[in-house]
Amino acid sequence: MDITLQRVGYTYAAGTPFQKQALHDVDVRIPDGSYTAVIGHTGSGKSTLLQHLNALLKPTEGTVRVGDTVITKETKGKQLRSVRRKVGIVFQFPEHQLFEETVLKDVMFGPLNFGIPEAEAAARAEELLGLLGLPEGTAEKSPFDLSGGQMRRVAIAGVLAMDPDVLVLDEPTAGLDPSGRREIMDLFHRLHEERDMTTILVTHSMEDAARYADHVIVMHDGTDVLEGPPEDVFGDAGRLARWRLEVPRTVAFQREFERGAGLPEGPPCLTEEQLADYLAGAVKKGGGAR
Amino acid sequence: MERILSMEDIRFTYTPEETDKPYAVDGVSLDMHQGEWIAVVGHNGSGKSTLARLMIGLLFPQEGTVSLFGDALTEENLWDKRSQMGMVFQNPDNQFVGATVQDDVAFALENNGIPFEEMTVRVREALAQVKMERFLDHEPQHLSGGQKQRVAIAGALALRPRLLILDEATSMLDPQGREEVIRVILELREKTGLSVISITHDLEEALLADRIIVMNRGRKFAEGTPPEVFARGEELTSLGLDLPFAARMTGLLRERGLELEETMSERKLVESLWTSRSNG
Amino acid sequence: MMEKMVFGRYIPGDSFVHRLDPRTKLIFVFIFIAAVFLANSTASYALLLGFTLFAIIVSKVRIGFLIGGLKPVIFLIAFTFLLHIFFTKQGDLLFEFGFIKVYEEGLRQGIYISVRFLVLVLMTSLLTLTTSPISITDGLEVLLGPLKKIRFPVHELALMMSISLRFIPTLMDETDKILKAQLARGSDISSGTMKERVKAVVPLLVPLFVSAFKRAEDLAVAMEVRGYRGGEGRTRYRQLKWDWRDTTALLILLLLIAGLWLLRR
Ligand SMILES: Nc1ncnc2c1ncn2[C@@H]1O[C@H](COP(=O)(O)OP(=O)(O)OP(=O)(O)O)[C@@H](O)[C@H]1O
Ligand SMILES: Nc1ncnc2c1ncn2[C@@H]1O[C@H](COP(=O)(O)OP(=O)(O)OP(=O)(O)O)[C@@H](O)[C@H]1O
Ligand SMILES: [Mg+2]
Ligand SMILES: [Mg+2]
Repeated sequence: MDITLQRVGYTYAAGTPFQKQALHDVDVRIPDGSYTAVIGHTGSGKSTLLQHLNALLKPTEGTVRVGDTVITKETKGKQLRSVRRKVGIVFQFPEHQLFEETVLKDVMFGPLNFGIPEAEAAARAEELLGLLGLPEGTAEKSPFDLSGGQMRRVAIAGVLAMDPDVLVLDEPTAGLDPSGRREIMDLFHRLHEERDMTTILVTHSMEDAARYADHVIVMHDGTDVLEGPPEDVFGDAGRLARWRLEVPRTVAFQREFERGAGLPEGPPCLTEEQLADYLAGAVKKGGGAR
Repeated sequence: MERILSMEDIRFTYTPEETDKPYAVDGVSLDMHQGEWIAVVGHNGSGKSTLARLMIGLLFPQEGTVSLFGDALTEENLWDKRSQMGMVFQNPDNQFVGATVQDDVAFALENNGIPFEEMTVRVREALAQVKMERFLDHEPQHLSGGQKQRVAIAGALALRPRLLILDEATSMLDPQGREEVIRVILELREKTGLSVISITHDLEEALLADRIIVMNRGRKFAEGTPPEVFARGEELTSLGLDLPFAARMTGLLRERGLELEETMSERKLVESLWTSRSNG
Repeated sequence: MMEKMVFGRYIPGDSFVHRLDPRTKLIFVFIFIAAVFLANSTASYALLLGFTLFAIIVSKVRIGFLIGGLKPVIFLIAFTFLLHIFFTKQGDLLFEFGFIKVYEEGLRQGIYISVRFLVLVLMTSLLTLTTSPISITDGLEVLLGPLKKIRFPVHELALMMSISLRFIPTLMDETDKILKAQLARGSDISSGTMKERVKAVVPLLVPLFVSAFKRAEDLAVAMEVRGYRGGEGRTRYRQLKWDWRDTTALLILLLLIAGLWLLRR
């Protein structure tokens, strides 16, 4: 299911002294089955953009196309709901949305709202709790008795339980410890691979964007300024700096190495493993013979 | 060197009546000297925040004593000791008390009965230290996260504290906000010799400290300078911690047959790669 | 959704009205509210209306914005207006339309009440639009200061008020976020039977309470760490200053009262 935005603009509180244009002239395409990262400095409009993807916000200008549903500022209720069913969003600090008496009920909330039969919803919920690595017996606990990291996982399960075709993630790992962060990012990656879920990740971490995404959208001051594969986006430090972004740590290190070793800039290494291969190769080939 | 903080065999539990539950902080001892920067790291729920709360007398331990600036912390001297310390928390929104930047910075001064004329001087001085002097009348909802945290630091600095405790003060910030805050703290230390305890999940941030304390399930798992601590490699990863980038790269490169010394510093790593390349 | 709400909002500015001492504005509005009830003739109501317009102009708040934001209240005003028209059956019969009969006195009362209501709402909105919440609290704290003698917790009340005001935008943001998160999970508040709608509010309210408590707890800790332990021994950073503007404003108020008195029937 492709998602396309055409000349999308969004203004908060239009017509009041507090009005604020958060998006203008956004033209992007998120290919079906891709893992797309949206990056940009704070306030560049990432979260606003993301809320258009499942019709939580309707564009004040332009059109959003999700599969074959078209959303403009006139689109009404029913259609929005069908989009929401297909596109699940994990918001920043999603644990703040928990409310039920038990974890199981909370995870079932989404599926039940979309008319999934109770038994099936419960089965899905159980399965997901396991998949997310929550200990046995968590399902019957109150979500408020869990640790922060566990609450986060329950909330994520609650979104996955709707079995969306597209999964949208707004900084899903903020505030977690390093291993929690890695586990959750790996899980999303696995879901993307195994279930062919189109995944859209909003992140401040260039490392995560470089590591996981196959398509990157750069936002700057409310509009998309660059779209392309990570190899293109992360190759050029000077260009990213203009949008107040940095290259991933791996690329920064690679460039530093190349500079001192007198090598030309090679294609950017997006993961630590790639970088290690590249460095090991370059060192072994050596420069001493020259 | 003067001892600014010491904790002796501290034990604390939030649920003293439930004897089967583990202690949130269990047998931790710690000494800190004037001007030191200590980073505390550890997995979620390892007791870092509890430790910080014990330091500033928000909690009192069931066993052991906390001493601040040479005296044991008691209910009586609590407020006096607190007036010499500052603490900044994780959520920028939940610690902004005043309606505007300057009101917020003045809050601790008001509480400590500082006269008006003195307050105006100190508010400006503290805001200048965190480079927020141009935002005197801004309201919190018009500030970025990093700016709010800098205001919170100014609020602590206004009392001219000797010890500043940061409980994940940068964890809700974007990279830019994080850098702003860290830069401010580095500068402060250089200029004023402030002692800092920073609790963090960001290992690159921990590398800046003089000493790192690793917490695991309420206990102190390791303590030492950053190279000493990170030399324990695998052991740390098994606790849910990570290694700094340079250390991880060194590991990966060794696996690929390069002979490299252990290092935490990207500078050193890149230099040794240059040398081995030209010798290779 | 809540973006259009004007009542209780503050728009920074530096007009004459903005720069008045909050105490002056509070006293002014209180006396004005009382003075409104002096009016009982067409001329005196006209004076009130004219004066309010004058105040709005001096405050440089955009009239269109004020009116736009007052829509919900205007509905209320229209409602009272109609009520008076239909239920007052005195004076000459003006016109008749089926069972609806409009009398002169009804029309007059309707207009009077509406004007009274409108001026009250406009003036109080003007107070909050031109005075930051914290100044209002400061003003109240000082004005109510004498009550401390009878052990009325003026300081605590003022602090509570200023903190609540400070957190209103944060909580509104939070509400918006939680609402969106639940909408994304298919919850539906805007349709269904009454019972379904009430049920749909739970997923919104529970997280909102949880987060409000969490915030309150965090804030209490942050305040304690910064040495807060009640009003005693505290000094004040905010100093209020009385200047020529304040004297002028109160003189104008006196003139208005005199005018209203003279124009009474
Ligand atoms: N509810 C709102 N009302 C008014 N303005 C808003 C609202 N939400 C966001 N904005 C403004 O819109 C712009 C874009 O905000 P957005 O949250 O989309 O940015 P972002 O890229 O997600 O930033 P961050 O990285 O900090 O999350 C910002 O200038 C912000 O202040
Ligand atoms: N107010 C409280 N009441 C009861 N138990 C608590 C409370 N606060 C923390 N705990 C428990 O004490 C233990 C230590 O928690 P603490 O908050 O100190 O961890 P932390 O290292 O700061 O974690 P994080 O990285 O998530 O901030 C945890 O098991 C936690 O569940
Ligand atoms: Mg955002
Ligand atoms: Mg903590």
